[in-house]
Amino acid sequence: MKRLRHLHIVYMALLIVGIQVVTSATDTAYFLTQLTMSAYYSLIIIGLSLVMGYAGQISIGHAGFFAIGGYLSAFLTTYNLLPYQETGIVAFLSNAGLLVFSQDIYGTDLLTVHPWCAFISAIILTTSIAYVIGRPVLKLKGHYLAMATLGFGIIIFRIVLGSSYFGEADGLSDVPGFPLIGGVEISGNMSARIVNYYIAWGLVIIGMVLLLNLVKSRVGRALRSIHGSEDAAKAMGVDAAKYKLHTFVLSAVFAAVAGVMLTHYNGGIGPSEASVMKSVRYVAIVAIGGMANLWGALIMGSVLNFLSLRGYFGSMDDAVFGSILIIIMLFAPQGILRKGILKDLRNKLTGNPEVKQS
Amino acid sequence: MAFFEVHNLSRSFGGLKAVSNVSFTVTKNTVKSIIGPNGAGKTTLFNLISGFLPPDEGSVTLETRQLEDLSPDKIAGHGVSRTFQNLKLFHGMTALENVMIGRHTHSRSGFLSGMLSLPWTWVEEKAIVKDSLEVMDFFGIAHLADSEATSLAYGQQRVVELARAMACKPDLLLLDEPAAGLNMKETAEMGKLICKIRDKGVTVLLVEHDMSLVMNISDEILVLSYGEKIAEDSPLAIQQDKEVIRVYLGEDDA
Repeated sequence: MKRLRHLHIVYMALLIVGIQVVTSATDTAYFLTQLTMSAYYSLIIIGLSLVMGYAGQISIGHAGFFAIGGYLSAFLTTYNLLPYQETGIVAFLSNAGLLVFSQDIYGTDLLTVHPWCAFISAIILTTSIAYVIGRPVLKLKGHYLAMATLGFGIIIFRIVLGSSYFGEADGLSDVPGFPLIGGVEISGNMSARIVNYYIAWGLVIIGMVLLLNLVKSRVGRALRSIHGSEDAAKAMGVDAAKYKLHTFVLSAVFAAVAGVMLTHYNGGIGPSEASVMKSVRYVAIVAIGGMANLWGALIMGSVLNFLSLRGYFGSMDDAVFGSILIIIMLFAPQGILRKGILKDLRNKLTGNPEVKQS
Repeated sequence: MAFFEVHNLSRSFGGLKAVSNVSFTVTKNTVKSIIGPNGAGKTTLFNLISGFLPPDEGSVTLETRQLEDLSPDKIAGHGVSRTFQNLKLFHGMTALENVMIGRHTHSRSGFLSGMLSLPWTWVEEKAIVKDSLEVMDFFGIAHLADSEATSLAYGQQRVVELARAMACKPDLLLLDEPAAGLNMKETAEMGKLICKIRDKGVTVLLVEHDMSLVMNISDEILVLSYGEKIAEDSPLAIQQDKEVIRVYLGEDDA
């Protein structure tokens, strides 16, 4: 089993390299931009797949966590602290080397928080919010949980849309690149397109390895047991509330990392990233990939997001994802990327009573 | 001091006293059965002991450990394991994986070590599999390890649930109607398994409707009626008890 799951990772890496080589050879390297973006979206989706498929919870608020990460990082790395340079806390941060001087395109001097520092702040904030929200909310079940997370998503959307600090309807722009080691940075520079493609998919591979390890571990087994029968899991000593909460927080962190990185890659973030339709889209993609199927979620996440970003769905974008959700729930509630799907579909269409419902 | 003691335990739902001032003790290494007509409060009593319901009053003590205010998972961690009247196996998991969950309280790999797949977690995982297979072997179901638990025959599912509960290595095992839905042969087998469990040094508290099973394997019997304890004695004495006969068979009007 172990060998198999690492073999899949190797295939995935080969595919990633293969796509890059093909696009370079065919002069279609512009595809890489959308592929990079869909990599970051896939990061949210595999995290959400853990929550929905393994812990058996639902969240229609994950765009909120994405937005918290993206917006906080964008805000901290663009808000000019120069006027406050002499005040206590700013001076302290500056001395500690957590702030950076730069100039914007008009030559104005800027003093902003270092991207790494902003990144860490974003993760800490997301983790704290996920804990605070998750603790009461995860006591709910079924559609009550769905509604509570939906409410959370709407609150975040309204906050970023209504606050001048977050640029209201315009969002935040001019977000600097995110420096990694050796002068490489996550940014939308044309010259760094290939590097960024590999960085993004490298992060997805890391995320996949971590989650695949997790679902095969003691914790993953405990999560599945909660999904199977929560009472029995508790009777066996599984702290169901704690496991659900930690899974929820973990997936929120995945969403926030994706938010931060995609914001630096795009050079900005807008309120549509926090919208409810984004959250619904993530849920739809997890559903079509097959709930407890990380690979299915990843494949669907990258393919559908790529198609959407390339504009193949046109103005029907949201309608497409809404329809996907309805169709999946009606005809293939366990997703389409799994064994036996064709047989099940045939049974469904011919009205064969042997259809396995679950 | 008694090995396991329930003292003045009470719980009501609205105006209904489901369990009222029930006290009893269980001696280590014995089988004690709780019987009573339907609605007597047997399952409520189990839920109070295992933490699924908080009691209104009273205390539950296992050796020196106070259990009455703890959540079910903490109680399991303190060495009390249970099965359910209507089987609660984990669907979508094999019989072995079901039993492996029983080892949860005896292992410690968490989110971080699991995600990083640290080498010590491999060792732990191997030990979990080995221990679980041992327990399954003890119950004679090792050959079912890789079958999906919920697709097994009903009687086998009962045994898997028993194995899962025993994988916790409990000090006290609560069995809620383990013979429900079993035929006579399977019930007799179940009786043998319960005796085997007791011989392993585990104390058993049993709720059961099948009187042949109860009378055969119990060291002591507690009788509940309308949430109150009406008798507590050896099987033989219980069979002669006038009050017990009255609640089971009704008044003699003649």
